[in-house]
Amino acid sequence: MPQQAIEVILMRQLATYLAMPIFLVDPTGKLLFYNEPAEVLLGHRYEETGEMPLAEWAQIFQPTSEDGLPLPPEALPLVIALQQRRAAHLAFQIRGLDGVHRKIEVTAFPLEGQGGRYLGAVAIFWEVDDP
Amino acid sequence: MMVTLWGTRGSLAAPGPETVRYGGNTSCVEVRGEDGTLVILDAGTGIQRLGATLGPEVARIDLLLTHLHMDHIQGLGFFEPLNRPDQEVHIWGPPSTTFDLRARLTRYLSPPLFPVRLRDLPCRLSLHDVPLERFEIGSLQITAALVMHPGPTVGYRITENGVSLTYLPDHEPALGAAHFPTDADWMSGYELAAAVDLLIHDAQYTDTEYQAHVGWGHSSVSQTIAFAAKAHVKRLVPFHHNPPHSDELLDRLFAEARRASESSFELIPGTEGASFQLGS
Repeated sequence: MPQQAIEVILMRQLATYLAMPIFLVDPTGKLLFYNEPAEVLLGHRYEETGEMPLAEWAQIFQPTSEDGLPLPPEALPLVIALQQRRAAHLAFQIRGLDGVHRKIEVTAFPLEGQGGRYLGAVAIFWEVDDP
Repeated sequence: MMVTLWGTRGSLAAPGPETVRYGGNTSCVEVRGEDGTLVILDAGTGIQRLGATLGPEVARIDLLLTHLHMDHIQGLGFFEPLNRPDQEVHIWGPPSTTFDLRARLTRYLSPPLFPVRLRDLPCRLSLHDVPLERFEIGSLQITAALVMHPGPTVGYRITENGVSLTYLPDHEPALGAAHFPTDADWMSGYELAAAVDLLIHDAQYTDTEYQAHVGWGHSSVSQTIAFAAKAHVKRLVPFHHNPPHSDELLDRLFAEARRASESSFELIPGTEGASFQLGS
């Protein structure tokens, strides 16, 4: 397996230290890593999930709008960041692999490295408590 | 390919009786291809003595900078071939998203830090951003890749006729890794160093010193050995020695490192003036 770009390595290492949930994908959308705080919300350890294509992770957590309607992949902030190379933000619901429904907010941004290399995208998310 | 070390010290030149054997000059390595192609890796203070050996028979000089920290460029102003009107010189440096290589080098090569401006050097000078992919200089095939060190920094792998050299003088692959060495695909510098014939690698610190310098961009001797083992290199040259480290201390560090590891590679501590013939 080829070595990841240095910026991606640094992003993952930073994510392992941060207390906020972070989800990292490559330019094709393949899941590369999510950190321990993300494991809590997604209901599954990354070591058990492993790398996963976009088509799978965009559906496996059953994202729905705040009205309860299924969200297509192209509506997810991480997919927008990946495909349109811009930051995106959205509040929606997921069903973790532990079966628990959670309302989350997600901010995603594209990763651009030295020399204009496009390296993927990152999502930072957190659980929102209903008032 | 012939590889000669002209400067092995890190961070700051450290001349003196206690550093005579390992050397006091900062990073500079000469690489000669079989057809005479000359590539110089970094322009630390060691480049001054190298420059004195290069006569007018050298048609072209390619200087590949890993990054622009002072210990890797300080010798530039004292590299005599830059003062020859007919000398063709190409300087390659890591790309930056802000200023170009000329602007960044001019910060040093201009008053008040230096009396002569870069633009006033008499030689025929060309500056290039290093392509982050494979390219060729004469008979040498060169691959550059970004590596873990503060600021844009590249390492180099140079190949000729099936033999290879990797140069990672400033490199902290252990930074942020919960367990080092990490999986190869998540380890900075791995692809550059994998199965290389000769790896010249940062080994600035003792393990104790490293704990006080995490994030400074350098490795301890034991981390360097672990990196080399993971990359299955054939020979390792620890390099970029800490300025306060005397010959006596370095002898002891490398002797301890040999005892502590069951290396599958040859460990040859970097000493100023050492040469390595790779291939025929």
